[in-house]
Order: sequence, then structure tokens, then C-alpha cells
Amino acid sequence: MSVNLALLIVMGALYACGIYLILERSLTRVLLGLMLLANATNLLILATGGYAGLAPLYSKDIGAGDYNDPLPQALILTSIVISFAVTAFMLGIIYRTWVLARRDEIQDDVEDLRVAETPSFDAEDDAEIPAETSEFPLATVTAGGRELPAGQAAAEEKPGSNNVPPSPEGGGK
Amino acid sequence: MITVLAVHFSVAVLAPFFFRAWGRNAFYPLAVVPAASFVWLLFQHAPVYSGTGAVAEVVPWIPGLRLEFAFRMDALSWVMSLLVLGVGTLVLFYCGRYFKRKDQDLGAFGAQLLAFAGAMFGLVVADDLLLLFIFWELTTILSYLLIGFARTRLAARRSALQALMVTTAGGLAMLVGLIMLGHAAGTYRISAILDQASGLVGGASGAMVGAAVVLILVGAITKSALVPFHFWLPGAMAAPTPVSAYLHAAAMVKAGIYLVARLAPGFSETAYWQPVVLGLGLATMLVGGYRALRQTDIKLILAYGTVSQLGFLTMVVGLGTPDAALAGLAMLLAHGLFKATLFLVVGIIDHQSGTRDVRKLSGVFSSARALGIVAGIGAASMAGVPLLGGFVAKESVLEAFVHHAEDPAAGPWGMLVLAGIVLGSVLTFAYSARFMWGAFAVKPGVERTPFKAIRPSFLAAPAILSLLTVVYGLWPVPADAWIQPYAALFASTGHDAGSPAEQAGHLALWHGFSPALGLTALTFALGLGMYFGRNAVSKAQSKVPDWVDADRAYQLTIGALDDVAVWITGRTQRGSLYFYLAVILSVAFVLPLATILVDGKPLPEGIYLVDPGSPLQLVVGAGIIIGALAAVKANKRFLAVLMVSVTGYGIALMFALQGAPDLALTQMLVETIILVAFVLAMRSLPAELRDRTGGKYRVVRVIIGLGFGATMVFAAIFAMGARIATPVSLQFPQLAYEGGGGLNVVNVTLVDIRAWDTFGEISVLALAATGVASLIFVRGRGDRIQASALVAEGSVGRHHGVDPGSRDGAALAISRRFAAAARDAWLVAGRTLAPERRSIIFEVVTRLVFHSLVIFSLYLLLAGHNLPGGGFAGGLTAGLALTIRYLAGGRFELREATPVSAGALLGIGLAVAAASGVVPLLLGGQVFQSAIIQFWLPVFGDIKFVTSTIFDIGVYIVVVGLVLDVLRSLGAEIDEHFEERAAAPADDQDGLTAETTVKGNA
Repeated sequence: MSVNLALLIVMGALYACGIYLILERSLTRVLLGLMLLANATNLLILATGGYAGLAPLYSKDIGAGDYNDPLPQALILTSIVISFAVTAFMLGIIYRTWVLARRDEIQDDVEDLRVAETPSFDAEDDAEIPAETSEFPLATVTAGGRELPAGQAAAEEKPGSNNVPPSPEGGGK
Repeated sequence: MITVLAVHFSVAVLAPFFFRAWGRNAFYPLAVVPAASFVWLLFQHAPVYSGTGAVAEVVPWIPGLRLEFAFRMDALSWVMSLLVLGVGTLVLFYCGRYFKRKDQDLGAFGAQLLAFAGAMFGLVVADDLLLLFIFWELTTILSYLLIGFARTRLAARRSALQALMVTTAGGLAMLVGLIMLGHAAGTYRISAILDQASGLVGGASGAMVGAAVVLILVGAITKSALVPFHFWLPGAMAAPTPVSAYLHAAAMVKAGIYLVARLAPGFSETAYWQPVVLGLGLATMLVGGYRALRQTDIKLILAYGTVSQLGFLTMVVGLGTPDAALAGLAMLLAHGLFKATLFLVVGIIDHQSGTRDVRKLSGVFSSARALGIVAGIGAASMAGVPLLGGFVAKESVLEAFVHHAEDPAAGPWGMLVLAGIVLGSVLTFAYSARFMWGAFAVKPGVERTPFKAIRPSFLAAPAILSLLTVVYGLWPVPADAWIQPYAALFASTGHDAGSPAEQAGHLALWHGFSPALGLTALTFALGLGMYFGRNAVSKAQSKVPDWVDADRAYQLTIGALDDVAVWITGRTQRGSLYFYLAVILSVAFVLPLATILVDGKPLPEGIYLVDPGSPLQLVVGAGIIIGALAAVKANKRFLAVLMVSVTGYGIALMFALQGAPDLALTQMLVETIILVAFVLAMRSLPAELRDRTGGKYRVVRVIIGLGFGATMVFAAIFAMGARIATPVSLQFPQLAYEGGGGLNVVNVTLVDIRAWDTFGEISVLALAATGVASLIFVRGRGDRIQASALVAEGSVGRHHGVDPGSRDGAALAISRRFAAAARDAWLVAGRTLAPERRSIIFEVVTRLVFHSLVIFSLYLLLAGHNLPGGGFAGGLTAGLALTIRYLAGGRFELREATPVSAGALLGIGLAVAAASGVVPLLLGGQVFQSAIIQFWLPVFGDIKFVTSTIFDIGVYIVVVGLVLDVLRSLGAEIDEHFEERAAAPADDQDGLTAETTVKGNA
């Protein structure tokens, strides 16, 4: 099989530039990087077609091998139009990000960062709970420094309520 | 059996409605379900105990997975069902008075409890390993819901979760074991597996069966709360007391015992069975008994008592001799009766006095004598006092273990186990006495507990159970008959062994003076001693430190698991897209590159730098690379966009040079429209494009970029060099001409040969267009823009806040004067645009070019079958025409140019394309089959029409819809945002009032 090194080198350069751009924080640059990647991929598919040839417009006198391969061409045509749609969609996203946050940047995910800082203490699992000796309590119990009817204390006993004593790390509140 | 199950589950579904109608009294109709099933069960006695000794029902379920609803009721199932349904009935009945009228969520609770009874019944009659597992997990989930009934209480939530975790962990191990066993046996039918058990154990897969049995035992151990998993059961005390009663007496924990009993006839001889069953059972019995003596909550005394009894039961049913099997089921029945009684009594005490604390309860017996007697019978049976069910069962258990100890095969372990059982029984006697003392005795120094009178309907359930305990003790003959067929399964077939009944012995109140009776007497003496010396005992216990607390170990394990999970999440989920991409891309290039290097394959042949057919490619390629590098370096937004466009146009050239005119055409059009879209969308963003990542990261990015690019080059070289087959596309030209009736092979490929692919693509286009529109319009598709005739002249896009005295102001005034001149407009809605935004030249050019462009686009569409062009190129050209009109005349011009909304266009296009696929099917052909129609028209002459052109028309319409959506969203709607923002602060101050005119069309 034939391998067109010129096309492949151009493709490699486009991939390198595209990858460099999508590793950037600016959304616009990321989009440009994606477009370069799409172009590079189209070149890759084109290169699979082999040598340059005649345009695939059928004529009885031309042998099948003399045309440039039509199958990669059909695939690329699909890819070009899809890339257009994706680019338009990304533009919509960039505009919306700008309108909402006045930023053209990819932000770090705050929720992920919060997870990383989660303390080991979890009130639901680790808080000390007073032993309960009745489902029908009449007496009062001491909970969170207050005297209150035990039934009420039980009802209030949710993570974060005053009945759950705070841990050394400050959880439970 | 299937009917019984169906009734249980369907009534459970309806239960919430009952509770809405009748409040807590709805428990009574619910209790009717297990009660009626119990009566049905009694009628099943005759068929089960005659003939083959079992009743079976099989309904296929998923034959491909060999799953079936296989149910089988034999003696063991029948006895278990007695307990499950009987105790279930009484517990539901008891609930009707236990809960208060104002209690919340009773509907769900009742439904779960009834479903729990149903699942437990299903478990004991299932004859398929996987079906058994399904019911097993059902009881786990339902017990989770029932234990967590008081969901506002932390203790309830936590214990429910703990029970769920422990039992499902065991359940998973069990599932593996069940599958291994079923696989080894070649069937999942339990009865069939037990029939061939001896062959399996001794056969080739004996080791596998041994391991499977151990895994199944792990499931049974966790479910039955054996050491080291015993801690969840006392924790499950957070459940309402009726649930605890059912859980401890007849369901859930009994499932593990049932499983041991079910497998014992076949597998008690396997290598690990006896050590696991006897060792863990004995440990559990002693630990449970010891800890029961330390509790101050009477419910906890019972809970640890259950732990102890479960260890005891496991040992007996797992021993695998006929007399032990008889004794085991007898004990199971006795335990179910007395434990349910005692829990229900605890519920009544709690309900009437408001506490279960031993240190607060005093003098309850004098307030509630009937309750005391009922409880006394239960506790005495638990301790094994003569004349009661517990005594009868325990006598035969002791006898079985005496035999076991005498058996030379058991060695010294037999004596040890017997001694352990006696010690456990002493502890049992002691905590039974402690329970009675704690609940009912008058304690010096504690004031008498106020105790409300008990309604007879509340006391009925425990009273019936204690009555049965007495009957069982005095007349054990029926129970003996029920169990004998099960015990016979263990009978030795040796000729000197005697009949099965002789091997098993019989349940009786009086066996004569036997070693067992002596051990009982010893137990009572020691137990009484422990009771009277209880102060000394508790002093001794308080001196012993908590060596190992399994509950604490569980907490630590779960806590450590949480911490590890958080640590790993925190290290991998950094929240930075850069980080993720860098990792993914590095892997993507390092792995293939390393493979290529390690493999050390020579480069394939046929590599050339200059294509002999088109040497110009080198020049264009250099241009593309320069464009890409400039795009990377550019620090102005539009410069970067332009540079990317340079590469795009370069690629179009590359296509042309390679011999792909269709691609070149389409790429050109797309690049142009993208450029417009970019400019429209990025109007409001700052012009500067700063590189915000630091130097260190930039090096990493360069490395990843270069590495990835190089990898792709090599991967492509090797991939292409590896091709050996003739390309399928060599047939395409012939196919296209003869089958597709077109000369343009690429177009025929798109609309005919690979029409499915293209249909998928235009669906994606429609989705993306809708996505763009919804990102910008946010609400709806924004098809509401008004006709230009209703818009005031020169009102769109006015400049505001320009000083009339300045130079800009003067220019503005001039342009406004010109625009006001009366003459025919070039564009329909041109007049709506603010004068300063209009360009006469542009309007004239648009006027001249627009229609030609649309005609050209139609030409491309129709000619595309034979010449370069087609639906995509045509649609994009039409889109370009629309773009020009929008740029020249503003958003109302766009509205005038497209009477059909973008959404409708997308829909129509997809519908046309789909129709061209479906209609051939209706005409008897295949999907997307095309036909060639030839006819003659005046002027045009002979016409050859290929039906796949209709598909191409659909593509055309979808592409026009896509471009229109992009223009409407990124163009028109953003215009409007701008104007709203501009108009808000400065309200038309320059005096030129806009007048509404109703002019005709241009």
C-alpha cells in the first residue's frame, strides 16, 4: 500500500497544534484546537485513499483504480458537516458561558474540590448517639445541653441538629 | 404456593390504601393474609407427608438463563412455613394495637411487613438456587426498610444501614457460592442437587463444591448473625418491637438456619462444614450469652439472647446426624414460639410504661399479672424448664450431643462441644432469669413504675404463643411426626443401623434418667447460682475489659473505607479539565508509541514524500502548518480564528489536489460559514486572547502535543502499511453507476450506498441545531420574531449615547438624512435597520447575488448526482445566501427571507429523508432502496430521475435549517441581547423619533 508522508506530516503538525490548544484554559482556544483536530483527522482519512487520482466521476473508459478512493471522501464529507454543527454548538456554549459568568475560561469543578477536602468525620456515621431505651419515651433526656422530651429529641436527631454532639474536628454542626 | 406468594405481594401493594381508609386497624385485614395462608398450609399436611414427601410447583420464567419459578414443599419447608406464617399472623395482629393512631407512614410499614412475610415464605419453599437468592435479598432489603422505620432517628438509620451492609456482603459471597454449586451440579434445582450431593462431594469437582459450600455458609453466617458478624442483630433493635419479634423469631435470622438445615443432608460431610458450623456456632452461643448478662435494656438482653440461641441452633441443625436434625428443628420451633412471646411482651412493657431500662422498671408484675405469667412461660421455655416446649427440644439436643461426644470419630472435640453447650445453657438460664427479674421484679430503691392497663387485644398474640409453648411441651407427638421425615434424610443406610425413626429417636417429655437429664440438672443448678450471685457476676464482668468489640471493628472498617474512597477520589477527581485531558492524552500516545518502539517493526514499504500526481501538495501543506502554528501563537481572538480558517481553506485545496472536488467545495463553504458564525458569536468577548497557563504547564502541553502528533503519524504509517486486502471501494464506481444511477460516486455513496450513515448524520445535525438554539434562546426555539412590517423604521441597532456635537455625531446625522430619503428599498427589511448600520453597496450586492445563489444551490442539489455538488454543498450554498441577507439587512431581513421556521425546516428535512427510506419498504422493496425513473418532458427532453435524490433533498433542507438556526441564534438573538443592554441605560435621547410605516414589499 502507498503511504503519503507529506499528508501525514501535515496531519501530525495539526494534531500537535490541536492538542496543545485543547490543553488550554481558554474556551475559545479549546474550540480552535478541536477544529484543528477535526482537520487533522480529515487529512488522516484522506491519506487512506492512497495516491492522488481522478475525481470519482464515473466514466466507462476509466478503470476503478484510477479514481481517488471515493469511500474516504464520503466519510470526510460527513465529518466536515458534523464538525460544522459541533463548532456551532461550542460557539453557543462559549457565548452562554460569557453571558452567565463573564468568563471565557474553563473553571475547576468546585464540587470535585469539595469532595477532596471532605473530613473523615461524618455525623451520620460517626456521631455518638445516646442509648435509647424506649420507643414510647415519657421521660426527658439531655441532648445537646438541653433538657427536652425524649420523643422530641429523637425527632430532631438529624445530622447537623443540636442533639448530635460536635466532633473534635468540628463536624456534626 | 405461587398463589400464596402472589396474594402476599399484591395485598402488600394495596396496603397503603387500607391504612388510609382504616388507620392502624388496617393491620387486622393484613393479618388475614398470612392467617389464611396458614390454614391453607394445614391442609397441605396430607399431601406433603404422603407419597414422595413433597409438593412441587414449577413455572418457567427465563428459560434461556435456566431460571424458573420452582417451588417445593417438603417436611422442612412445611415446618418453617408454620413458623413464618403463624408468627407473621400474630405479629401483624399485634401491630394493630402497638402503633399509635397518629403514627406516620404506617401504610408503607404494613406493606413492607406483609411483603417480608411473603418473601420469607418464598425463601423457605424455593427450590431453585437463584430463586432462593432473590427471596434472600428481598428479605434483606425489606428488613432494611423495616429496621429504619423511624427514619428521623439517627440510631434507626445507622442500624438499618449496618444490617444491610453486613447481610448483603454475606449475600454476595453466597451468590458466588450458589453459582459455583449450580455450575458444578449442572442444575440449579435444589432438590436435584441434594439428590446427587454425595456424588458431587466425592467427585472430580469436590474441591469446588467444598469452596462453594463455605461461601454459602458465609451468607448464612452473616444473615444469622453468627460471630464475627453478630453485632448487626443487637443494632437492629432500633426497629419497632414487632419487627424485632418477627426478625428474631421466625424470619431473617432464621433464613440462615434454614439454609444450613437445607444443605446439611447433602453437604455436612464436606471438609470445612463441621469446623465452621460447630466452631462459630459455639463461639456465638457463648459470646451472646455472656453479653446478654451485661445488658440493662430488656430488649437488648433478648437480642443478645437471640445471638446466643442462633449459635446454638446452627450447631444443632448443622451437626448432620438424624437425632441432631430432629432436635434442631424441634429447637427451632420452640425458639420461634418463646422468642416471639418475649419480644411482644417487651413491646407491651415499653408501650405501657415508657421504658425498657432494667434500672427504671420495678414492680411491673403486680401491675400486670397476666403479662407476667405469659412472659414467665416464655422465659422458662427459653431456660429449658420442664413441661415446656424449650425443655423437650433441649433434652433431645443434649442427647444428640452426648451421642456426638461418645462417637469416636469426633475425638476430643466432641466432649469440648458438649461442655461448651452446657456452659452456654447455663448462661441462657442466667439471662432468662435476669430478663424476668429485670422486667417484672420489685427492685429495692426504685420507685414503682407507672403502668397502664393492657387491652386483651394487645395481649392476645403473646398469650397465644405461650399457650402453644405449653401445649408443645406437654404433647410433643405432632411436632415429632412433622420433623421425622426430615431427620430420616440423615439416616445411615447400614444394615445394622436400624430404622430412621430409631436413629433419630423421638421428642418426649420424659426420656428416663439419661445423661441429658443430668446435664439439665447441672445447668439449672449453675444457672440458679449465677442468678442469685448476679451482683458478683456483674462485678466480675465489669472488671473484664472489652477485648474485642465487633461493632467498633465494623465502624472502623467502614470509616477506613470511606477515607480511602475520599482519598482516591480527591487524587483522581481534581476538578481540572486540563489534568484529565493531560492524563488521557498521555496514555493515548505513550502506550501506542511504546508498543511501536518495543515491537521494533521495520517501516512498511511504499512511503513517499511527494505524490507524483500532485507535487503542489507540499506547498499547500507548508501553508497549512504555518497557519496552524500562527493559530497557536496568536494572542488576538480573531487573528487566531482567521489562522484556523487558513488551515481549513488549505485543507480544501488539499482535497482539490488529491482529486476530491466535492470535499473541496463543501470545505470552502463550511469554512466561510464558520468564520461568520465565529464573528457573530464572539462579538461581545474581549479581543485579547491571553494564554493563562503557566510556563511549567506549557512545557507539558508541548510535549503531549508533539508526542501525540508523532504517534499519530507512526500509527497511520503502520496502519496503512498493514493493509493487504483489496479496497471495497474499488467496486463503488460500478455500483454507483449501475445500482445508484449516478456518475458522482461520492454523492451516490452518501445518498444510496451508505444512506443509513448519512441519515444518522443529518439527525445529529438537527440535534446540534436545536442545541445551539436552546443555548442562546434558553426558553423555546425562539420562532416568535415578528414580521418586519410591524417594526419601526430605523429602529434596529441604533447607536445610543453619541454626543451630537462630536465627529461621530455629525457622521451619524448625515447617514440618517440619507437613509430617510424616499426611494425603493433594495431589501425588504433594510429599512428596519438603523441608518448608521446600513450599507447601500452591500444591500445592492445582496439584492443581485441572493437569488442567483439560491438557484445555484438548487442546481448543486439536483446536479450533484452526476457532478460535484449534492445536498450538503447545495444546502450550505443556500445557507451562505441567507447569511449574506442577514448581514446586509439585519434580523428582520432574515425573518423575511425564511417564511418557514428553522425548527420546521429541520423537521421537514428529516421527514423527507425518512420518507425516502420508508416508502420503498411499503412498495415491497428494502429500506432506502432507490429506483431510476426515466421520462420525457418538453423543453428538457429525456429525464433520468433517481429516487435517492429525494433523500438528498431532505439533506439539503436539514442543512439549510442548521445554518438558519446558527444565524438566528448566534446572529439575530445576540443582536437583540445587545440592543436590550444598550437601550436599558440610555433611553433614546437624540430626538429622531422612529415612525412606524406600513410600506409594501420592495
